[in-house]
Amino acid sequence: MTSKTKTSNTTTNTTTRRGALKTLGLGAGAAATLPLWARYSSAQSAEPIKIGFQVHRTGIGAAYGRWYDRTSTAAAKVINDMGGINGRPVQIIAEDDGTDPKRGAEVVEKFATQHNCDIAFGTLFSHVVIGSAPRAGELKIPYFVVSEGHHVASGMLNRYTLQPGITDVKSQVQAMAPFVSSNLGKKVTMIFPDFAFGHDHRDYFTAAIEAQGGEVLAHIAIPPTETSFTKYFPKIPRQTEVIYHVMVGPAVLTFVKELGEFFGPNRPEMFGFIDSLEAVDIASPGLEFLEGSYFWEGMPRYAQADQTPYDKFYREHVGVDENGASVSDPKDISTFAHMFGCWETLFTVKQGMEAAGYQGVADRAKLIEAVEAMTDIPISNEHPQGTKLFNGKTHQVFGPQYISKVNEGKLILQHTTSIEDTLYPDEVDYTTQPL
Amino acid sequence: MEIGPYILLASLEGAVTAAVLALTAVGLSLVFGVMRVVNVAHGEFFMLGAVLAWWVAQSVGGHPAVGFAAALVIAPLLVAAIAVVADMTVLKRIEYDPERTIVATIGILYIIQQVTLMTYGPDARPVEPPFNTRLAIPWFEFVDGKFQMYWPWGLSTTSYKLSVIAAAGVVLVGVWLMMARTKIGLLMRATQLDRETALAFGIPVERIYAIVFGMGAGLAALAAVLIVPIQQAHYLMGGDPLLLSFIVVIIGGLGSLPGTVLAAILIGLSDGIISVFFSPTLAKILATLLVALVLVFRPQGLFGVKTR
Repeated sequence: MTSKTKTSNTTTNTTTRRGALKTLGLGAGAAATLPLWARYSSAQSAEPIKIGFQVHRTGIGAAYGRWYDRTSTAAAKVINDMGGINGRPVQIIAEDDGTDPKRGAEVVEKFATQHNCDIAFGTLFSHVVIGSAPRAGELKIPYFVVSEGHHVASGMLNRYTLQPGITDVKSQVQAMAPFVSSNLGKKVTMIFPDFAFGHDHRDYFTAAIEAQGGEVLAHIAIPPTETSFTKYFPKIPRQTEVIYHVMVGPAVLTFVKELGEFFGPNRPEMFGFIDSLEAVDIASPGLEFLEGSYFWEGMPRYAQADQTPYDKFYREHVGVDENGASVSDPKDISTFAHMFGCWETLFTVKQGMEAAGYQGVADRAKLIEAVEAMTDIPISNEHPQGTKLFNGKTHQVFGPQYISKVNEGKLILQHTTSIEDTLYPDEVDYTTQPL
Repeated sequence: MEIGPYILLASLEGAVTAAVLALTAVGLSLVFGVMRVVNVAHGEFFMLGAVLAWWVAQSVGGHPAVGFAAALVIAPLLVAAIAVVADMTVLKRIEYDPERTIVATIGILYIIQQVTLMTYGPDARPVEPPFNTRLAIPWFEFVDGKFQMYWPWGLSTTSYKLSVIAAAGVVLVGVWLMMARTKIGLLMRATQLDRETALAFGIPVERIYAIVFGMGAGLAALAAVLIVPIQQAHYLMGGDPLLLSFIVVIIGGLGSLPGTVLAAILIGLSDGIISVFFSPTLAKILATLLVALVLVFRPQGLFGVKTR
């Protein structure tokens, strides 16, 4: 060691006991008054309604996070232009959760205790939701997720967690199975990411295709952080008629490319969840083999021939062109099949708060009850993805699903399922839990 | 898939991993061998190579081969320059003290990673390969005692993957020739053998250190440029190469070039084959177990020389 490290460290310790006590006393005094002025501030009608936005800025969900952010910001602007909620403006407070469950729970806590948010909202990846929801329940802050996972409707979470803006995997795959088995084939091999979201696909699609008289020959689980995929593909059985693929993470483009290189000119039928290509241009080099294959879409990425005025309104305000890319950069492809959930959830929050006469954090329970009381949600500018049905007992919304076919490098809508195709018996009644 | 084609496919995939790993690990080994510096930031130099390759290919435009060729030259040079600056401003200041260089390179790791996140962003971006033809590979079987060829489903590679293996081989031979046949190689070996004596003989040791640190980072960057058309550039991609390089360097023997290359082939191929037949997690478990065994029974590594 050099002599520099030998300098004395006695000067650094200047904290005295009295000084420390003083500081602590000041802090305690401030903390004691906190509930008083917090209540006061929320009674002020001009105070904004604070929505804590848990967003995947970094980590494997970053591409989704970028677009969830843009969509939520756009929705908040539209809400404010409409006059806000109960006469108060909406303010989005965004925090990065790093696509990490532990950080997710910390972010929810920050919203409730530091930012004094009225609600928490936003995140997608199922493991982050599952990690964060218990903390939201403990802090009694309404937690509106846009996650697709079946964990809300399965009863795994709690009364403070709701999913009113996007349908869940169980209902999605249940609606896809009849199409796959009658149009593509009955012998299916599934490739999915190895975490909660992928396991929902594995469990519910396998059951749904068996109900249609088909079977799943092999389940191939791939870690969502994987970067090279060819080594998994030899596990695909030779008799496979349909490849069912759904992948997430930064390497989705590599995944689909290597799938194409593996099969070469004689690929089996393919049915993918658009998750495998969210934020990726279908016309990327190496993806030509996808021509003629089918995709589930939560909402059609390409503006279709019979585009609704609501779809048009939504694209205009979020800044997405008819190809699902950013209007400012045609190479910046959106996560169009998922991000509508943020838009619709924020409008559902608005409707819920208005129905509950929401004034401040004391009315959080009233907000939950108001959202639970919702049922039919008609298609509109506020809900451009389609007409939906909310189930207050399971806290889950149900809606149409879209199946598109790749045609000349674009996704063309082939089939729209009805809400009835996606319904299943309730697995939980959250309304019996205390608030 | 039958067992024969299956193993061939796994070996081909493993060979690509091995080729890239060998380049990365040789860079790490060189830095440790000559400078006695455990460079924890090595994986970030790899990542930086990939990100800069994307940036160069993006700004050059035109045919993908032009952008890729430019990236192949510019990205490793830029990364080497950054490493030289890091050496002169950080490592030299702390006098290459073994413990403090570890802490310092951890710091460099986070600086590079977070600066990349702040500038390049959290997205994974592809670089187009200069050429990429799918090559189906035939297999043989005996039907009724007669030999016949057929084309198994999925048994294929691409021309680009094969060229990655070839390019890595050429670079490795080049590194070996430089170390064994050139004056700069001689100076490096002299410094590696005995720093004080080298200094006494008038060898500019500090300049050699800067060159070696730059070269090590440049090799990692070169490996990344080669792999980025297959995978994609992402700010977190440096973690795996760092771990695997350490595994390879420990097994092969710290500072031993042939040992590093051999261990890279061993780890790369076994990673390919084990992850195809069982699971990628098991492949990593076994590799780490092998490191533990080597450290217990042959601490100097398979090809290492016992320290005097």
